[in-house]
Amino acid sequence: MALLEVKDLQVRVEDREILHGLSLTVNDGEVHAIMGPNGSGKSTLSHVIAGKPGYEVTGGQILFRGEDLLEMEPDERAAKGVFLAFQYPVEIPGVTTMNFLRTALNAQRKARGESELLVPDFLKKVRSVAAGLNIPQDMLKRGVNVGFSGGEKKRNEILQMALFEPSLCILDEMDSGLDIDALRIAADGVNALRSPERAMVVITHYQRLLNYIVPDYVHVMAKGRVVKSGGKELALQLEESGYAQFEDAA
Amino acid sequence: MNVVLAKTDTGRAVSSSFALARERLPGSGKVAEQRRQAFEAFERAGLPHRRIEDWKYTDLRVLMREVLPLAAAPDTAALSRAETALKLHAIERTRRLVLVDGVFAPKLSDLGKSEKGLSVRTLREVLEAGDGALQSELLASDNSNPMIALNTAMATDGVVIEIANGTVLEQPLHVVHVASATTPAATFTRSLLRIGRDVAATLVESFVAAEGAKAYQTYDSLIVSLDDNARLDHLRLVEDGLEAFNIASAAVTLGAHAQLNTFGMVSGASVSRYQPTIVFAGEGARVDTNGVNLIKGRQHADTTLFMDHAVPNCASREVFRAVIDDRAHSVFQGRIIVRPDAQKTDAKMMTRALLLSDEAEADNKPELEIFADDVTCGHGATTGALDESLLFYLRARGLPEKEAQALLIQAFVGEAIESITSDSLREHVIAAARRWLEARG
Ligand SMILES: Nc1ncnc2c1ncn2[C@@H]1O[C@H](COP(=O)(O)OP(=O)(O)OP(=O)(O)O)[C@@H](O)[C@H]1O
Ligand SMILES: [Mg+2]
Repeated sequence: MALLEVKDLQVRVEDREILHGLSLTVNDGEVHAIMGPNGSGKSTLSHVIAGKPGYEVTGGQILFRGEDLLEMEPDERAAKGVFLAFQYPVEIPGVTTMNFLRTALNAQRKARGESELLVPDFLKKVRSVAAGLNIPQDMLKRGVNVGFSGGEKKRNEILQMALFEPSLCILDEMDSGLDIDALRIAADGVNALRSPERAMVVITHYQRLLNYIVPDYVHVMAKGRVVKSGGKELALQLEESGYAQFEDAA
Repeated sequence: MNVVLAKTDTGRAVSSSFALARERLPGSGKVAEQRRQAFEAFERAGLPHRRIEDWKYTDLRVLMREVLPLAAAPDTAALSRAETALKLHAIERTRRLVLVDGVFAPKLSDLGKSEKGLSVRTLREVLEAGDGALQSELLASDNSNPMIALNTAMATDGVVIEIANGTVLEQPLHVVHVASATTPAATFTRSLLRIGRDVAATLVESFVAAEGAKAYQTYDSLIVSLDDNARLDHLRLVEDGLEAFNIASAAVTLGAHAQLNTFGMVSGASVSRYQPTIVFAGEGARVDTNGVNLIKGRQHADTTLFMDHAVPNCASREVFRAVIDDRAHSVFQGRIIVRPDAQKTDAKMMTRALLLSDEAEADNKPELEIFADDVTCGHGATTGALDESLLFYLRARGLPEKEAQALLIQAFVGEAIESITSDSLREHVIAAARRWLEARG
């Protein structure tokens, strides 16, 4: 059974249809890249998969291991293994990163019927993951993303991904706003998490990210649909020819 | 033209209540005369209503309608119910002073071990047998405020605490007001805290209800004076029953280089109004006042604060946070006056209200009156709902809706709670806030 099956998805926002029948299938352990021009609906797709309110699904379905994902609350989806690394992670003043991570991890474990992680075990785990991503300990004591640089925010997303061990990671433009070094650290962090149990959907505008995180499949989105799918060479082809041909097709 | 005001039914009921109560009220001679004048002032004004500017948002004629008769002195059963309630609201390692239905309860209070430099008497004792100057200070009354006047007229008991110069109190003082009478009645208490030079003290006030006490009315008034270089940490917790009324005031005077750090939390009472007046009387003093309202249902909680910068070089900070659910209504009126002499005053006030439902209501009324030119003053106020994008972020990380809300609400009130310097008292307040959040379900 596929891990994620998006079938003929139609989505409206404020009476405007944004996704017009989008289909996408992701199996365990696969890495898919989604590319496409601004406004083609990439973030919309990731939000609908994660369960963000404000989107009206008017047709189609999303199955996660055969279960209807659209029937689940966002927190249920997270507990089942869906993880969205946000394009724009929010700042949460007054909630320390450490407290947030522990509350979230324990909420997910509780939802799965697992016991809470003991504080020393949790701390050990966070510290080792943070060290691997070059995240200093004092960042964990600050409010979630408060005063973090763009690169630090993205690394914080990857830290969560490593900690929560999801089976589906959607990375929405994790390369935006990162300098070359930060990009490499982030990409290395993501690559370290690649495994047969973990699939990834990498949304990006740039071939460069895909040099670091090499995808199994590349999809081109235009005007709310997947208009072409292929192997990693499709990304190179796009880099040369641009999106125009696909937009016409869509 | 003379306007003759017809006495309302409410007015008549209170008058007869005062007449009946008079026998039971401690003090004679000058004290009785101060009471009589105060009562006349109350009678002339009656219960405050919305057409009086200060009471615009808290119309007691609508919200409360009448002043109930004076509660009977607690009997054995009432004291035993109070004892049970005290266990639920105990704060460890404090010296507890308990008032049950407005009457000091020595058996429930920690009087056994005396402490050098600390004197505790009851209001009754002092009004019946104390010195005249102290009596006048106790019943000095701003009769332009009808509710303070009423309290002056009816004050039945309270604690009179004096702390000698240079004393550092071993334990916080915990004054607990327990409502225990099962028939609705009113209690009137007045307490005084006189803090000598170089003293460091902590005062906690709790207002709680025993089993069976429901639509009671608590009227309290606190007088505090801090001598030069004294420091008071003050915590005030209104945890009254949800049908109760709590109408209270505080009058605080600070000497030179004195420091007051005060935190108030209102989670109980159907209707509450707290009116602290803080006067800077010596230079170099500092006041931090922080407040949190956690209210729901149809609760109405009003804090009306008056900060009087009468002398130069003093600083005041007000941080007030309200969390308002259902159809509850939170009111914050903060008035800061900087008098002509009060140069180099540094006064700031920040209020924020969080509305958890469409029908929740918040009123913020900051008022700055500045008559000196070399000052730093400012205020800010915001009102809004929980940020949807923050909520979604937390939910996408696995937090169920209520838990995500609770985490954001805790963060929202956290800044005010952080101001509590004592670790154990801060933990006590955090736990109380958490219980409130958990009770939301
Ligand atoms: N809340 C909203 N209200 C109105 N329109 C919206 C809303 N969210 C998205 N849209 C519109 O939907 C379309 C798709 O937006 P989306 O953010 O999914 O694009 P994207 O492919 O992620 O673009 P980018 O590459 O710039 O991130 C855009 O035209 C956008 O303006
Ligand atoms: Mg986008």
